Amino acid sequence: MTTRQFGSPVLRKEDPRLVTGNGRYLDDLGHDAWEAAFVRSPHAHARITDIDVDGAVEVEGVIAVYTHEDLDGPAGDRLPLLIPHPSIEAGRTGYALAKDEVNHVGEAIVMVVARDRYIAEDAAQRIVVSYDHLPPVVGIEKSRDGAELVHDDAPGNVAAHLLQEVGNVEAAMAKAPRTLTLDLEIERSACMPMEGKGVLAQWDSDEQRMRIHSSTQTSTGVRAAVAAKLQLPLAQVECIAPDVGGGFGVKIMHPWPEEVLVPWAARRLNHDVKWTEDRREHFTSSAHERGQLQQVTVGFDDDGRLLALDVKFWHDNGAYLPYGVIVPIITATQLLGPYKPQNYRVEFWSLYTNTVLVTPYRGAGRPQGCFAMERTMDAIAAELGIDRTEVRSRNFIQPEEMPYDQGLLFQDGRPLKYDSGDFPASLAKLKALVGWDDFTVYKEEAEAQGRKVGLGIGCYVEGTGVGPYEGGHVHVETSGRVNVATGLTTQGQGHQTILAQIVADELGVSIDDVHVTTGDTRRMPYAVGTFASRGAVMSGNAVALAARAVRAKALRIAADALEVAEEDLQIEDGTISVKGAPHASIALSTVAVMSNPLRYAFDESAKAATQFAGAFDPDKPPVADDDEPGLEGKDFYSPTQATFANGMHAAIVETDPITAEIKILRYCVIHDCGTVVNPMIVEGQVHGGVAQGVGGALYERMEYDETGQLLNASFMDFLIPYASEVPHIETDHLETPSPLNPLGVKGAGEAGTIPVSAVIASAIEDAEGFPIRSMPISPNELWDLRRHQAANPRSTNPRSSTTQESA
Amino acid sequence: MKPAPFVHHSPRTLDEAVAMLGDVGHDGKVLAGGQSLIPVLNMRLAQPAHLVDINRVAGLDTVTVSDDVVRVGATVRHASLEKNTEAYAVLPLLRQALRNVAHPAIRNRGTTVGSIAHADAAGEMPSIAVLTGAVIEVVGPAGRREVAAADFFEGPLMTVLEADELVEAVRFGRFAEGTRTAFLESARRHGDYALAGVGVAVDVEGQGGDAVVRGARAAYVSVTDVPVVVDLTEAVAGQPFSSAWDGVEDLVQAGIAPEADIHASSEYRRALAAELTRRALTTALSEVAS
Amino acid sequence: MSTSSEVTVDVTLRVNGVEHTRTVEPRRLLSDFLRHDLRLTGTHVGCEHGVCGACTVLVDGDPMRSCLMFAVSAQEHEITTTEGLGTQDAMGPVQQAFVECHGLQCGFCTPGFVTTITAFIEENPDPTIDEAREAISGNLCRCTGYQNICKAVLRAAEIKREGTEGAMAAEPGEPV
Repeated sequence: MTTRQFGSPVLRKEDPRLVTGNGRYLDDLGHDAWEAAFVRSPHAHARITDIDVDGAVEVEGVIAVYTHEDLDGPAGDRLPLLIPHPSIEAGRTGYALAKDEVNHVGEAIVMVVARDRYIAEDAAQRIVVSYDHLPPVVGIEKSRDGAELVHDDAPGNVAAHLLQEVGNVEAAMAKAPRTLTLDLEIERSACMPMEGKGVLAQWDSDEQRMRIHSSTQTSTGVRAAVAAKLQLPLAQVECIAPDVGGGFGVKIMHPWPEEVLVPWAARRLNHDVKWTEDRREHFTSSAHERGQLQQVTVGFDDDGRLLALDVKFWHDNGAYLPYGVIVPIITATQLLGPYKPQNYRVEFWSLYTNTVLVTPYRGAGRPQGCFAMERTMDAIAAELGIDRTEVRSRNFIQPEEMPYDQGLLFQDGRPLKYDSGDFPASLAKLKALVGWDDFTVYKEEAEAQGRKVGLGIGCYVEGTGVGPYEGGHVHVETSGRVNVATGLTTQGQGHQTILAQIVADELGVSIDDVHVTTGDTRRMPYAVGTFASRGAVMSGNAVALAARAVRAKALRIAADALEVAEEDLQIEDGTISVKGAPHASIALSTVAVMSNPLRYAFDESAKAATQFAGAFDPDKPPVADDDEPGLEGKDFYSPTQATFANGMHAAIVETDPITAEIKILRYCVIHDCGTVVNPMIVEGQVHGGVAQGVGGALYERMEYDETGQLLNASFMDFLIPYASEVPHIETDHLETPSPLNPLGVKGAGEAGTIPVSAVIASAIEDAEGFPIRSMPISPNELWDLRRHQAANPRSTNPRSSTTQESA
Repeated sequence: MKPAPFVHHSPRTLDEAVAMLGDVGHDGKVLAGGQSLIPVLNMRLAQPAHLVDINRVAGLDTVTVSDDVVRVGATVRHASLEKNTEAYAVLPLLRQALRNVAHPAIRNRGTTVGSIAHADAAGEMPSIAVLTGAVIEVVGPAGRREVAAADFFEGPLMTVLEADELVEAVRFGRFAEGTRTAFLESARRHGDYALAGVGVAVDVEGQGGDAVVRGARAAYVSVTDVPVVVDLTEAVAGQPFSSAWDGVEDLVQAGIAPEADIHASSEYRRALAAELTRRALTTALSEVAS
Repeated sequence: MSTSSEVTVDVTLRVNGVEHTRTVEPRRLLSDFLRHDLRLTGTHVGCEHGVCGACTVLVDGDPMRSCLMFAVSAQEHEITTTEGLGTQDAMGPVQQAFVECHGLQCGFCTPGFVTTITAFIEENPDPTIDEAREAISGNLCRCTGYQNICKAVLRAAEIKREGTEGAMAAEPGEPV
């Protein structure tokens, strides 16, 4: 009897390899490749007047030095704007190597290829670039005022502007018994995977073939981009994502300049070339996210029911806009969370600054949206003196209202329509887990001991598993080995395990026989990539569909051989047998042999199959017109829309009454991602997400000075939490299956991260008794807020405010 | 991030090391643990032409406890000193402070003497040197000289050490019988450079319930350019062990001059240093310094 | 005494019990020597300034950052990397515990944790959860949130104790 794998905490198939040092990450490959280093701009905004490379060329071991002038054909054109959108008013992208102008510190200007990275850096150091300085535009406020421009042809520094409205906000707001306005701020952070980016290109001049390994979240995207930029036939380019040491969004952006330049140089030099991003490069030359200023005006009744919600926000998109406006669109739409505001208007401006570009980071605009909505909910509760969970409850979409159409267009251009979810049930579970109703007593006791503690809450809905599609290919070898391929890539989500679980169940084989390949264009040339919590939803369903096709074919062949009806057959442990008559059976491996009329007896399965080699019909071809040789199947899963997961978090924090140090005492998570394939892995995703959220709430921020220098471009000063800073996370789950896909699954990858800043702000606010409107918050900032509060007891805080009006 | 080329010198004796440093010190650096130096080299913020690697120099890796000092050789790792029970028995402040130096993996390689010679204002051990009245044993082409810790530091990352000199050992002074010590710091993350840190040495007279505080001195991390000792005696003398130590605030404020950086303002560091001092006094008195 | 005014030097290292000699520049970091000269790519490089801990190896049994050591300085020491602590078919206690406790996701930081924890449970064979958390607080992980790594520390200690106890129980002549 095969044990059902789906839903079990199956240990990961990838782990024995990874824990023993047998992983193969990008820089573990290409030991004989020449290596690249870059001269990068030390200035945020400047015109390049001269590049003198003479000193570099002299360095022993240097192979080549390239500037923009060397880039021929499309490689020298601007990099693509990947995702156009009607809201984009001035979509500007950079070049692979800067042409004439630099727009952020870290922008690549010169590429050096040398025998090794040490020498490449020696040479890069000797290159002299001369600049005419231009005024740097740093920070959203400076960008918004538009006095200085990042791009001369992007007036007001506006890259994109979008207004969406549902209902009539103006009318509803005018009639609302109460209104509040909140000014909010959330600062920049970044994905910071432990492995930076990296590219290895191998040009085969005999076959005129390019093989690229990239530490990417989309190998199909990189492949297509390189083919276009190098003017190679797509068929002559392959891209493989090897083991990838974390992504969290930054590696879905593509092509990065280096993904164009390294293959370009490899072909030109007819030699393997590799670039491994170092940590400093990752800080100043990849991407950040999160930075927004927000203004929320909300109209509500005396019971705290939302009547109108009017949101404006200004999004810092950095120097260029290659990834379009995905992040602010997600903020604008996912801000609504589990609530129904009735009348909603959201307007955003995506603004250029002379800082490194902004592309999705785990959560991708949702943490900012959640922060805005949840601060608003707390403000309403404070205004009315109602329990914060009660205000939320009164505004929840109810289970019987599902599917619920929010009336907006989501990131995929499709309606923002929630498919399922039970928010009241989630809240009840959360309150029970954290002990919400007992907290008042705990707080009073703590206060009596001179301690300050606070309880915070945050709720979110997350659109996951956006399309357009992913594919699955399942192939049963004559040995019984099952090869599964899907095109999206893996950065630690355990796809090799969960996809094997799904296929093992669908096919009735042991999970040990199932071997999954991801992110290899040789195996699955059509794929999208790993982002938007879509791996399990998209590839999970795709491989399930492909496995079902294989199962159908296997049953057809077996039914023929055993001379029984297909519906009388079952597959267990890799053996097809007649239900109720287990002795009448045939191994799946044997069926694999029989599926191919060319049967050289190379292995035992082939020999075993000879017993089934019956008479054939000489009038029919060996492979029927509607058939193919081999036991394999391929299918694609393409959903009509995203499926919506949701969750609610609560935290108890303690703030030091004197030093304002902030400690998270408890962190509780209720999470609903539909049917769970592997609870161990989902739990791990939640833990990791919360840890990144804690980083974003209390530790991590990108500190740019007014000249655009990133002051904390190292792990010494950009404070990723260690184990000592991350609380123990308590979790409980709800499983509301998605009606949209065959497996009922929803995405889980980003969930943990989304509400954390909102939750911690809520808890600190509860502990301190004054509003928290800007995150992240450091002890020093909390200490400053206390002093400001003590001096101005009626105001909120110096950086932002709440305006209260009663109609 | 790869270091620029350098010539590597690997002396086996102190004399050889001194001779080499005499030749190349003007354009070289001493490499001991390297836990502060190598990050700087990797980032190419420094590119010395020569490194005199003293890790194989015989006789520099010993800790010697005598009646009045704990002498720590130039290649003694933080971790080795931290775990040294003999040193802990006579000068617990060393372990109390060393536990705050970065993380164990760094302490396993980094040296206590190196961190003093490096003179980072955010380093714990320069402050401990000053608080214990340590003597820095310097050796160079002109021979040996001894410098009091109080005279050794000239500014952030600056000392009286000449380019061709190295520190052979540091002699930390033992406190008088009855002195109780503590070390506290506050960092953004566990193991980070402190926003503020303080080591205190409290003189206590008498035993048990009759014990009274006679005086106290403190030295600071990250809130002064060079480590200095602030005498708190005037505010603590005669105070009960349960004191809130409010009187120390003014003395601390007068003794420190914190600078702002991206992690904290000067004002916050001031407040933090004062509060840490109060807590360190209480901690020192709640723990029996063996 | 040796001074290399030569551009390169011969470096001999004992790694995982095997002696290797390579000719490299004195500036060659131990991390690069292990990874690119010896092709022991289990040791990973995450920051090259000593903060992340991914490159942590054991030097005479003590965890140290291989990005903050020159290969030339590591001579005469015994280096152990994660490759030396077990194989896929015979994982060491820490490796085994990481698999059982889902202590890794992308796996990039894992070798640095494996070496660090190996040394820690040698020193503290029966740690508490708080001691476990403290012990791993010098290594960054961006995927797991550390909770399962803490669990893995305790589990590794348990596996190691069982192994030791098992071995002791098998000793003939011991009172049971």
